[in-house]
Amino acid sequence: MFLAWRELVFARARFGLMGGVVALIAILVVLLSGLSSGLVNDGVSGLKRLPVTAFAFAEGTKTDSAFSRSTVNVNLAEVWKSRDDVGDAAPFGTMLVNAKATTSAGAQVPVDLALFGVDPGSFLAPAVSDGAGLGDPDGIVVSETVLDEGVAIGDTVVIDRLGTRLKVVGTTGDQRTFGHVDVAYLPLRTWQQVHAGAGPGDEVRDGAYEEATAIALRARDGDRIDLPGGDAAAGTTSMTLDASFSASPGYSAETSTLTLIQVFLYAISALVVGTFFTVWTIQRKHELAVIRAMGASTGYLMRDTLIQATVILTVSTAVGFLLGVGGGSLLTTTPMPFLLEVGPLVLAALLLIGLGLAGAVAAVGRIVRVDPLAALGGQR
Amino acid sequence: MTTSSTSPRPDSLRSGTQERGGLLMEGVTLTLGDGDATVTALDDVHLEVAAGEFVAIVGPSGSGKSSLLAVAGALTTPDTGRVLLDGVDITRASAREKARHRRERIGFVFQSGNLIPALTTLDQLRFALDVAGVRPADGHDPRELLGRVGMGHRAKHRPHQLSGGERQRVGIARALVTRPAVLLVDEPTAALDRARSDDIVTLLAHETHESGVATIMVTHDHDVLGHCDRVLSMVDGRLSE
Repeated sequence: MFLAWRELVFARARFGLMGGVVALIAILVVLLSGLSSGLVNDGVSGLKRLPVTAFAFAEGTKTDSAFSRSTVNVNLAEVWKSRDDVGDAAPFGTMLVNAKATTSAGAQVPVDLALFGVDPGSFLAPAVSDGAGLGDPDGIVVSETVLDEGVAIGDTVVIDRLGTRLKVVGTTGDQRTFGHVDVAYLPLRTWQQVHAGAGPGDEVRDGAYEEATAIALRARDGDRIDLPGGDAAAGTTSMTLDASFSASPGYSAETSTLTLIQVFLYAISALVVGTFFTVWTIQRKHELAVIRAMGASTGYLMRDTLIQATVILTVSTAVGFLLGVGGGSLLTTTPMPFLLEVGPLVLAALLLIGLGLAGAVAAVGRIVRVDPLAALGGQR
Repeated sequence: MTTSSTSPRPDSLRSGTQERGGLLMEGVTLTLGDGDATVTALDDVHLEVAAGEFVAIVGPSGSGKSSLLAVAGALTTPDTGRVLLDGVDITRASAREKARHRRERIGFVFQSGNLIPALTTLDQLRFALDVAGVRPADGHDPRELLGRVGMGHRAKHRPHQLSGGERQRVGIARALVTRPAVLLVDEPTAALDRARSDDIVTLLAHETHESGVATIMVTHDHDVLGHCDRVLSMVDGRLSE
């Protein structure tokens, strides 16, 4: 402790350089964490805001793309609803469409929409902050982000190719996106027509009104549902809401890429710190031999080095995070998906400090091999 | 650890000029190297240095002088014989116990001081006390000791701001501040001119007699031997008067 502080001050340029590298890495970690959270939010915030415990997809649906592949019979909702641990169950339809909105000023705005087909009377029906709720066959309730694109309540939205005309009647007042596309709630029956590819006046094929993407399930208490048991009874493949995120378009690819980059940053940070303290220890080899000859225990010397590592890591991580959060908050005003969440940031800070310390610990192992005998003689 | 490791030395051994045990080496042999290339560094060495006595050991390079310091200083375990420091047998101590003997019973003065670059003169002494786990109480006052070695005016300077002689004075003060029983001095004048060498050895002799430490100085420098109580010479690992 005595020497650790004085060396930090004495060799402040060297420690500062290493701290600067760690701080820069910390900034990158914050930005990536924000980007990661932002992408997740962009990808699945529509799902996160559903009052749903789990989804039951068609039996045998591949997990990674269940939302675009699965089609289930709406009557399966009744099978699930009859189970003791299921509080409520309702058919849920989703699909991505391209559309054009015509504003009151007469301008045409292209919009991409993730249609969420829900029964207006079911527990899935969205709460609206502005305008009216679901009810009219052609009335849609949209994510706040749609309004940011210049569309207003009362505007008409026409789905490309089909020509289905929908009317914006309300907004949820928050961001609801799915696969980076803004969510528009519409009545399940209208969704079924669009899903069957039937435009205005077209004949809707047989069975279309019995189709949905999945059955949305809500647990009676907490989040406990016997999914395997229900699957066996209903003939479905179900997964929890969290598990269903990876069934959303692009979700796994995006998050795994960003996670990989962050893992690399942690590894680089640990290596930088480890390398620094290895060189630092080698440089002071003779000095360490003198201190050992004076009778310092190995623990005394290791403690000193680890105190130095802890101080440098904590200070530089804190500085990097402050700069990262400051810079990142500027990004949240841009269309870039960026979201700073306390949980992931705290975890990232602890990982940076923890892994940096691990690097330092690996380096100070050299102290054990410093022979106090080297203090005798004329090396200096 | 033995029980003695946790109990402090009696106060009589810690304070001031009271008599301490000095150093005793009996039949110490040390062989260095392995296989065909072994060298007998110490050959049946007997040496007794009383508290307050200043002994110089001279001899050519490779005669075993450094090995003698290493064995007396609990840095190396001899092959045979025994070493008593301050009445305590350190011959078969573990590495951990040796470190404790070094910080409690031994002071080293190295060539050209070997001070810690990051520390001021005063902090060199306070650091030695910190390593030894000693509070700067009576008899351990670093400022008082710096004054005694003539370095009181350089308390805030770092090693690179000091001359060779000044560094060596600080090195001596650092070795003495923990009040060791034995002071082991390795070629203290190797980097100094004639006048400075004389000053340093005079200081060592004075401090040895004042503080009652048993001092062994290994040196090449025959000009400084006049200040020593006894001069021994070492040739091929053998010690003689």
